[in-house]
Amino acid sequence: MPKITVNNKEIEFENGMTVLQACELAGAEIPRFCYHERLSIAGNCRMCLVEMEKSSKPIASCAMPATEGMKIKTNTEKVEKARKGVMEFLLANHPLDCPVCDQGGECDLQDQSLYYGFDKSRFKENKRKVKDKYMGPLIKTIMTRCIHCTRCVRFATEVAGVTEIGAIGRGENMEITTFLEKSMESELSANVIDLCPVGALTSKPYAFEARPWELKKTETIDVMDAVGSNIRVDTYGWEVKRVLPRLNEEINDEWISDKTRYACDGLLKQRIDKPFKRENGKLIECSWDEALNIVGSKIKETDKNQIGFHAGDMLSMETINSLKEFAKKLSIPNYEFREKPLYLNSDNKMNYIFNSSIKGIEESDCIVLIGTNPRHEATMLNARIRKAFVAKKIPIISFGDPGDLTYDYTNAGNSTEDIKKLLNKENETSKILLNSKKPIIIIGESALELKSAKFILQGIKKFLKENNFINENWNAFNVLLQNASSVGAIDLGFFEKDNSFNFFNKLKNNEFKLLYFIGSDNLDFIKSNEFIIYQGSHGDRMAQIADVILPSPAYTEQNGLFINLEGRLQKSNKSTYPPGSSKEDWKIFNLILNNLEEDEKFKNFVELRTDTISKIKNHTDFDLLPKKTIQDLKFESGSLINEPIYVNEIDYYFSNSIARSSKTMSDCRAARSKKLNKITGS
Amino acid sequence: MLKQEDRIFKNLYNDLGSSLNDSFKRDDWSNTKELISKGKEWIINEVKLSELRGRGGAGFPTGVKWSFAPKKVGSRPHYLIINADESEPGTCKDRDIMRFEPQKLIEGCLITAYAVNAHKCYIYIRGEYTKEGEYLQKAIDEAYEKNLIGKNACNSGWDLDIYIHYGAGAYICGEETALLESLEGNKGQPRLKPPFPALVGLYGCPTIVNNVETIAVVPTILRRGAKWFASLGRPKNTGTKIFCISGNVNKPCNVEEEMGISLKDLIEKHAGGVIGGWENLQAVIPGGSSMPLIPKASCDTLKMDFDSLVAEKSGLGTAGVIVINKDQDILKCMARIARFYKHESCGQCTPCREGSGWMWRILERAAKGEATHKDIDLLSDVTKQIEGHTICAFGEGSAWPVQGLLRHFRKEIDKRCYSEPIIKKRKNIPYLVDQHLLEK
Repeated sequence: MPKITVNNKEIEFENGMTVLQACELAGAEIPRFCYHERLSIAGNCRMCLVEMEKSSKPIASCAMPATEGMKIKTNTEKVEKARKGVMEFLLANHPLDCPVCDQGGECDLQDQSLYYGFDKSRFKENKRKVKDKYMGPLIKTIMTRCIHCTRCVRFATEVAGVTEIGAIGRGENMEITTFLEKSMESELSANVIDLCPVGALTSKPYAFEARPWELKKTETIDVMDAVGSNIRVDTYGWEVKRVLPRLNEEINDEWISDKTRYACDGLLKQRIDKPFKRENGKLIECSWDEALNIVGSKIKETDKNQIGFHAGDMLSMETINSLKEFAKKLSIPNYEFREKPLYLNSDNKMNYIFNSSIKGIEESDCIVLIGTNPRHEATMLNARIRKAFVAKKIPIISFGDPGDLTYDYTNAGNSTEDIKKLLNKENETSKILLNSKKPIIIIGESALELKSAKFILQGIKKFLKENNFINENWNAFNVLLQNASSVGAIDLGFFEKDNSFNFFNKLKNNEFKLLYFIGSDNLDFIKSNEFIIYQGSHGDRMAQIADVILPSPAYTEQNGLFINLEGRLQKSNKSTYPPGSSKEDWKIFNLILNNLEEDEKFKNFVELRTDTISKIKNHTDFDLLPKKTIQDLKFESGSLINEPIYVNEIDYYFSNSIARSSKTMSDCRAARSKKLNKITGS
Repeated sequence: MLKQEDRIFKNLYNDLGSSLNDSFKRDDWSNTKELISKGKEWIINEVKLSELRGRGGAGFPTGVKWSFAPKKVGSRPHYLIINADESEPGTCKDRDIMRFEPQKLIEGCLITAYAVNAHKCYIYIRGEYTKEGEYLQKAIDEAYEKNLIGKNACNSGWDLDIYIHYGAGAYICGEETALLESLEGNKGQPRLKPPFPALVGLYGCPTIVNNVETIAVVPTILRRGAKWFASLGRPKNTGTKIFCISGNVNKPCNVEEEMGISLKDLIEKHAGGVIGGWENLQAVIPGGSSMPLIPKASCDTLKMDFDSLVAEKSGLGTAGVIVINKDQDILKCMARIARFYKHESCGQCTPCREGSGWMWRILERAAKGEATHKDIDLLSDVTKQIEGHTICAFGEGSAWPVQGLLRHFRKEIDKRCYSEPIIKKRKNIPYLVDQHLLEK
């Protein structure tokens, strides 16, 4: 490995590193504003200047590639002077409004000026004022504070894939703006708030809410989609004030989607805090005992075959496990977690997870999407596809039309016949696929919903196995599920494994007498005479038609395990407590069992968790991918029906009960639909 | 004085006509095929031997620059770019070359393009030079007609296409990497170096960027020999150079002269002397507005070439000599230059964006006698905080004139300043806005 000398200390560095990175390796801290590991290098803040031997000028370490034998000094008087000078320039026109700035306490400019700046200002001229810009319902702008580092511009063009932020004007009149004063049309837009090193772009919903040092920070994971982004939840009292991304290179890099970040205000609204019962068509508050008595007697008096359990999209595995055990105890055969009749095959874990792994997308050289819109179904995964696309210009092919995905793709057909052609190696796509070394095929829920779903899933699997794309090193077969609870529920077997969709048929024909919804709000269901028990955190669709409501905590309010779409087991941690008299789901099941004078299966949470983990297939450890099971694959044959592949449009900002309760999400939705209306003229 | 036969640009004043046929009479295109047939190595070597230094301002040896381009064309094509974005105040040499000696430039393009393996040549011309662009386009069309350029140009077997691209009037686009950005259709902001354009330039391809005058003298150098060119001027400062003399002189002009000519000769003999006589001279900016000024005391014996001027802590730059006599308020002059740099800063990197306006505001106050002695010290600090800390040389370009002023005219400035009173009165200084912004 090549060597570099930093402050007389010789260290080895990897080829391709910049001087800044090499200095960090050597333990020399270098201040910076514009440099960011995950964005292209701009080198415009000039804060990272260091001295290099044989160079009369100091060099910008972030932009200079490190080479063998370089001699760098970061602690000389010259460097210190350069830093002080740059710092003074940055502060010259920066307003002194730290006391009212939301960035205060986590501001790079504040921190670095303390270490590297002058103690007072010599700038006597009046300061520059810049007009604030409109950047949508999420981003609050105070552009006078902008130091023109262009991190936001680079993020928007490179990562988010929307060229909507840019700089106009020149010299001291340069301004960062969205070109047409509109909101950024990206699901990743709010990441620019984290990127902004100063308080120019701050969070609109979080404006003046709290100071960072008075928040309690809990590291946990997100449940808005099946990706399982790593997040940090900041709470003040019981209120969740904000959600921030946590670095995890395997899953979400250091970005999160807008929904993950901003649906959190939905945790404060529409909350169910007490048990309710319906009397004379009206929901009225009642005590737990009363509610449990009603539930107990209803379960007792109803034929077990006419009772249906449905688990929601954001339930932890513990909840589902305890629910399944609960159903077993009461010998209730009808339980389901799917929201639509999707074809699932749980014989092998490989059949329902994203086997190539999210990080693996970067290695891929060809991606085929079948009936999926990753942009809305798994935003962070889509960002990864874009990353691979930008880095290597890999071919991306879609069956079905998902709309704008922020990168170029070709449409290879919109019907199941086209997939048959692919499998028979009759079309262009199969050629590209066969010529690639590490392809990825992603089957989405829209494809699994088709009548030919079995044909597609099994056919693709067989095709990939035959062409050696499923081997020890690479597994090209991927299923993209949308909900955080899905993979966990499949592992626990909380569904009808024969894909006969009896549950859905009964639901549709109103054959159930008693329906018990646990956090389930997305089911397409019209009530007739069923008695409905809703257990959950939000007064959403199902709570409206429920006869008894049992309050339980939301995802930030209880510990739980989630398996993401890759099969990665992650812990979600309790960051705040639920409002009112909510009880944890497994405890409610125990209470109902007590009411029915049955034994409870799980005495405490540790017992429940141990049991849950023991039921996970191919379990390795927390935060790791599951064991690979590519031996003895079974191939079934499905029937092909010629039908079109539609990619189902998701109401992105309204996809679950928390998001539907969130004011911010509805603002985003309104901003987006306004734009759509403008385009279509309606 | 340069002998008439040693002049390269014989038609600098358009006495002889600028059409292609007129150019033929001046030996343009006379043996281009022969020159090219001697090979790339020979051309580059000859230019190296002639010690020709870039005429755009930095004075980098041209032959050395060409040799940085990859010897063989790889997967990416090579480009030749002619920098005709002549925006330096006080400079107007490229303009006259494009108007009156365009064939020299076009022939130079062909030879250079051959030497650096380029089949495409872009001439990035300043947006304000519309007429000049038209002249040049006409000359290019003429050359195409005679097959001097185009497919198998001059029967040399080399294909070359020349395109003119108009800038949008930004000074910074004369900086080579900002020029490339602008040419690619982006905002004209300099790129980080390394990588240098010779390896990663236009559209990421190897690119050689040269000034108009540099390229225009190449055919004559090759024709008359590197030895002839090197015999003019002084070692390492060889050849002839077009000087643009403006300001307080009786007869502002462009003149081609030998490098190392004395400044006094230049002004007295060619520009008709300083208004009010030599004794009335206050200072000279020797190389376009971005170079530090030189006071009268040093002007008497000053030689005009790269190294002599560096020894005087200034530079030859583009050789745009701006003469300032004693009738002028030197502080106001420099404040005006500072305003120009404030206006033209691209805004990409911090020191220049924030510093250029700051310098202008202090100077403007100092010119009005509203600055304190402390302000002037601060001004000196600010120039040093900009210099060497920026992405491109604009930082130096804006800081050096002010440094020159402070170096040589500190006494005059101090006379106008006052000491800060111990008990300060609160004064409301309005935010100084550039005039052009007010006019809107």
